[in-house]
Amino acid sequence: MLRLEKLTKTYKTGDQALKQVDLEVPQGQVLALIGPSGAGKSTLIRCINRLVEPTGGAAWLGGVNLTALGQRALRRERRRMGMIFQEYALVERLTVMENVLSGRLGYVGFWRSFLRRFPQSDVDEAYRLLDRVGLLHMADKRADELSGGQRQRVGICRALIQNPALLLVDEPTASLDPKTSRQIMRLIVELCRERDLAAIINIHDVALAQMFVMRVIGLELGRIVFDGAPDALTPDVLTQIYGEEDWEATIQTVEEEEEEAGTA
Amino acid sequence: MSSSELDTLIGTRWKKPPFIRRVWLRSALVLGGFLYLVLAIASVEVNWSRVYEGLERGAAFVAAFTTPDFTTRAADIREGMLESIVMTVAASVVGILISIPIGLGAARNLAPLPVYLVCRGIIAVSRALQEIIVAILLVAIFGFGPLAGFLTLSFATIGFLSKLLAEDIESMDRAQAEAVRATGARWTQWINYGVQPQFMPRLIGLSMYRLDINFRESAILGLVGAGGIGATLNTAFDRYEFDTAAAILILIIVIVMALEYLSGIVRSRVQ
Amino acid sequence: MATRTLPDGTRTWRRFTPSQSVVRWMGWLIGVAVFVWCWNRISESTTWFFVWDAPRIAGDIISRATPPKWPYVNELWWPIWDTLNIATLGTLGSLVMAVPVAFLAARNTTPSRFLVRPVALLIIVSTRSINSLIWALLLIAIIGPGVFAGIVAIAIRSVGFCAKLLYEAIEEIEQTQVEAIAATGASRWQVMLYGIVPQIMPALAGIAVFRWDINIRESTVLGLVGAGGIGLQLSASLNVLAWAQVAVILLIILAAVGLGEWVSAKVRGAII
Ligand SMILES: Nc1ncnc2c1ncn2[C@@H]1O[C@H](COP(=O)(O)OP(=O)(O)OP(=O)(O)O)[C@@H](O)[C@H]1O
Ligand SMILES: [Mg+2]
Repeated sequence: MLRLEKLTKTYKTGDQALKQVDLEVPQGQVLALIGPSGAGKSTLIRCINRLVEPTGGAAWLGGVNLTALGQRALRRERRRMGMIFQEYALVERLTVMENVLSGRLGYVGFWRSFLRRFPQSDVDEAYRLLDRVGLLHMADKRADELSGGQRQRVGICRALIQNPALLLVDEPTASLDPKTSRQIMRLIVELCRERDLAAIINIHDVALAQMFVMRVIGLELGRIVFDGAPDALTPDVLTQIYGEEDWEATIQTVEEEEEEAGTA
Repeated sequence: MSSSELDTLIGTRWKKPPFIRRVWLRSALVLGGFLYLVLAIASVEVNWSRVYEGLERGAAFVAAFTTPDFTTRAADIREGMLESIVMTVAASVVGILISIPIGLGAARNLAPLPVYLVCRGIIAVSRALQEIIVAILLVAIFGFGPLAGFLTLSFATIGFLSKLLAEDIESMDRAQAEAVRATGARWTQWINYGVQPQFMPRLIGLSMYRLDINFRESAILGLVGAGGIGATLNTAFDRYEFDTAAAILILIIVIVMALEYLSGIVRSRVQ
Repeated sequence: MATRTLPDGTRTWRRFTPSQSVVRWMGWLIGVAVFVWCWNRISESTTWFFVWDAPRIAGDIISRATPPKWPYVNELWWPIWDTLNIATLGTLGSLVMAVPVAFLAARNTTPSRFLVRPVALLIIVSTRSINSLIWALLLIAIIGPGVFAGIVAIAIRSVGFCAKLLYEAIEEIEQTQVEAIAATGASRWQVMLYGIVPQIMPALAGIAVFRWDINIRESTVLGLVGAGGIGLQLSASLNVLAWAQVAVILLIILAAVGLGEWVSAKVRGAII
């Protein structure tokens, strides 16, 4: 469903953030993108919805080449790609409901959005999503009154109300405590399963990734150096991605945690 | 989960919660504001035919900016500009020098109460009175000429700078000043080593800013006979000599821009 | 800073090297020379005879101004209303113009950095550098004397001030919030409406009230050149040397300025 062909990004500063990345993501697959800081994970995600313009290669969503689109067509395709950000990126001075409904902006005209008169079906969907993530009672609170975990849930609702085919998730848990991190990851994965969405999740926490996803991509210096099931992440592989370190500990805790999660 | 809550909400219209939640207050404000606007606009008499005629003159004025006339009244412009600059420089220097003791005196943590009250009083009067009003009064007292303008600008500078300085000193890092006092320094030493290093950069930055304001203000003092370019400008407008007026305005804008640029450099240097 | 070795071998600490202190002394010297020259020019164009006479004249004015002629207040209600309107309508008008200018001037929203932005910045500088009294003079020459000229003068004069503060606020917004809205497929205007406007709203409100406060002051004197408001009465009273009336007007202006400051402080407190 999503296919990247030799996707390349060279920043104006000369940094080659992506070097001819090839990747294929089928419908409904949730994959984690891991790699050291500066590997190009954020760049990859942002090149797909062109918040960052790729300098070479192509990205196909369904039958559409995203990299070849004009502004108007790009906006139309962006509706099919929901994005979730590390620092939530909610508009802080708007209410929760407005933040969620802003996910529909691609579908409604300017004046409707100006007057906040979204179609009733959108409003109902927003209520349903907020209920699904347990924030219905917060609908009229301002976004800056929420806690980090609550904000990220609103961010998830905003991405989902777009009715996307693909979720682009950039470090959803990096600013959250371990427990909330897991809850958020679980929520994302569950929602993807419910709606048969594909998702690319950037994540630093290898253990967390292993717990929830079915496929892991390892990125290093703009190249894919690993592509496989979470179990295949051996210390050797991690060394290849991140460099020399004692990886046993990381992987062990993963197994323990998994047991823990299984019994809970 | 609260699915009963959800059921009641589904199908209901959503409205953004209003900024002011109390209904009566909101409607009173909206109504009052609306009423005021209607009354205010209704009470403004506009002679539209005069305005319409004026559009042509307005266009002529804008056009004059493409052909500014620096030469016809060159002597007047030069004299006026020079007088403005002279007044600005002299008033800024004197104003800054006087504002330092007054600023120190208006800082509650430095000055005894009577001094504090006197200094605050001076600042209050200076800030409350517009430059142009002060200029009118001073012209009445000292006669026409740049002396009145110079005194006006000095007085305004004192109000502006002393207040900011006093606030700076009051809020400045007490601990640091205290540390100096703890070493048993004398009062003058304390000012010199504990207070001055903290506010000097700010003082220089503010002074540059005030120099800029003083120049802009000096351009209008001539309207009431207190010297500077304002008189020339006024004559130019009176005679509909838009080319000359445009030339003067361009000069003012250029000098203000130069001063802003200069003060940017100075400020980045002292900090 | 520098250390210097004295002939007897001890080292002393000094804040400046010798060449630095020479430059400093030269600087001071030039500064003093410039000041003295300026002062001489002022003194040359001053009739000192009047100045020596000043205390007597001042005393004379004060004695004529006291007590203020209070009944005169009744002739001032309408000018006061005009003054308020000049400030308020002028501020509103300036905001209408300043908002687009600010968006054109901010680095992150301008359509073109090399074509549009310099023009917007020029508008900001030129409207800001010219005093509202000069704008009033100009507008009176163009559209005739009256309140309307005052309103337009205040509006134009405030554009640069408001636009400058506003575009600085726009440049400080959080870009990720804007990106998040853009990523939903929103149009350019929707991004502005949902991503940028909510972030600058508090700044805009603060700027509006702040400028309104300043404009109350400025509108009190616009009448001196014929642009409406209480300044007209001030100018008329001055022309006939009716100092007792002048005193009343000045007191009213002081009260208006104080009131304006108080209201703006209250409103700003409520916003923030
Ligand atoms: N706006 C930019 N301009 C220039 N270079 C950039 C820019 N953004 C990122 N880069 C460079 O591109 C490379 C990849 O950055 P990217 O943000 O994609 O890394 P990342 O894998 O997301 O890192 P992290 O885990 O720290 O978020 C880095 O070398 C970075 O310096
Ligand atoms: Mg990143």
